[in-house]
Amino acid sequence: MYSRKVMEHFASPHNVGEIPDADGVGKVGNPVCGDVMFVYIKVKDGRLEDVRFKTFGCVSAIATSSMVTDLAKGKTLAEAERITRDDVADALEGLPPIKMHCSNLAADALHAAIEDYKKKRKGSAG
Amino acid sequence: MRAYLDNAATTRVAPEVIERMGIFFSTAYANASSLHAQGMEAKRALDEARAAIAAMINASPEEIIFTGGGSESNNLALKGVAFLQKEKRHIITSAIEHPSILGTCAFLEKQGFSVTYLPVGREGFVSAGDVESAITDQTALVSIMHANNEIGTIQDLDRIGKACAAKGVPFHTDAVQSFTKAPIDVTRMGLSLVSLASHKIHGPKGVGALYVRKGMRLQKQIHGGHQENDRRAGTENLPGIAGFAHAASLQTPEHITKMAELRDYTITEIERRIPDVIVNGSRARRLCNNVNVIFKYIEGEALLFTLSQKGIAISTGSACSSRSLRPSHVLRAIGLPHEVAHGSCRVSISRYTTKQEIDYFLDTVTAVVAQLREVSPFTKMGKYEAYTDDDHTHEGHPAA
Repeated sequence: MYSRKVMEHFASPHNVGEIPDADGVGKVGNPVCGDVMFVYIKVKDGRLEDVRFKTFGCVSAIATSSMVTDLAKGKTLAEAERITRDDVADALEGLPPIKMHCSNLAADALHAAIEDYKKKRKGSAG
Repeated sequence: MRAYLDNAATTRVAPEVIERMGIFFSTAYANASSLHAQGMEAKRALDEARAAIAAMINASPEEIIFTGGGSESNNLALKGVAFLQKEKRHIITSAIEHPSILGTCAFLEKQGFSVTYLPVGREGFVSAGDVESAITDQTALVSIMHANNEIGTIQDLDRIGKACAAKGVPFHTDAVQSFTKAPIDVTRMGLSLVSLASHKIHGPKGVGALYVRKGMRLQKQIHGGHQENDRRAGTENLPGIAGFAHAASLQTPEHITKMAELRDYTITEIERRIPDVIVNGSRARRLCNNVNVIFKYIEGEALLFTLSQKGIAISTGSACSSRSLRPSHVLRAIGLPHEVAHGSCRVSISRYTTKQEIDYFLDTVTAVVAQLREVSPFTKMGKYEAYTDDDHTHEGHPAA
């Protein structure tokens, strides 16, 4: 049912953890639905220096979280904002159709973290 | 190492059963309805199987109809009674029944029947008092399962049966999970209909039975020949039926004791080794082979796949493992919030399960739960229940 890539990322997820002094935090999902993702970012010179995650959820929720951190790390904010759910699914060699919508929220969590970073910066600048 | 701990889903066919079935493929393959000597031999074997199954539930042989399995038996019981009704258009069942009962009830609702789904308490018990007060002069049938397939709770059928008898309403039970594991006595329990299945008791798949009390009218669902006392057409599946009856005869009290010991050992060790665990179901009235626990902060499908990669077969009531994307109706009915129900794990053992398999499972699950909790955001944040009030929907989710 799952691709080899999904199972790889699920079994040994990359970049698990929190960043205590994160520049931005994004949270999506709800435990009622069975998926909650937190993405933490550290920004340096307009690039994502570090991206970490913590996820409560199924195989694809964990695998997409892991993949999105890989895709985003080292990218500029603008590049990271262009990462879509489909990019994450494609990089994982596909997700089962039923999981495409419900457990493919990692890109949203990344975007939420970037938004949080921008909001905070605006706040401190203004 | 491998450990098959999903025996509530289906079981290994006993070697003795396979051997017994063989002759009905190779030599005694005649049609039991044929009048020649070979047909008579087949008929004798069929009669023997019928008598054996009947004896196990204190019924008479002519009260047993062989079917194509538990789901068919449940369909035949409910539709068979319902379709004969002219005035009584009400059925009572429980919120934790098997999908073959709930699905049939939903179908009957579309046909104009009204159905009462009785709630259950935290341990999964239906109250006999609730049954009695739900019965009206419109009630055609009460259907309450004997043992629950997910949480293993064994209902008090004696008391529910008395409540039905007091009001003169026929009583059906789905005994697919309990057959040969907990005593069933159709007279003492006041049962009019009982569903049984073969593949849960080390028999072949695709065969089951429905007990129908003498004098009980039933609308047949499969029309054709006059097989099964004219209640279910179709050439009898003699290899399956003989295998089913033989499988039923092989279960001994020692097997039940052994399974119950392994069950208790599993529950005790999980609670001892892993923090933040909830045991579902009843500790006192529980199927001898059922363990159902919640590992808080993690999700069941992730647990299932990780254990599967290590050769361990269990099941989960998590929404993410179901096509509906809804968590188990049983876990919801016993009052577990969605987010907790996601972390359920059912271990179901059989008489073939060894202590080595259980120890391998316990060692592995302890490590896997810790590993998944490492990834989970909730463990460090304390009560994850607090998060449920946050936002109940999120973008991209199909509306529940």
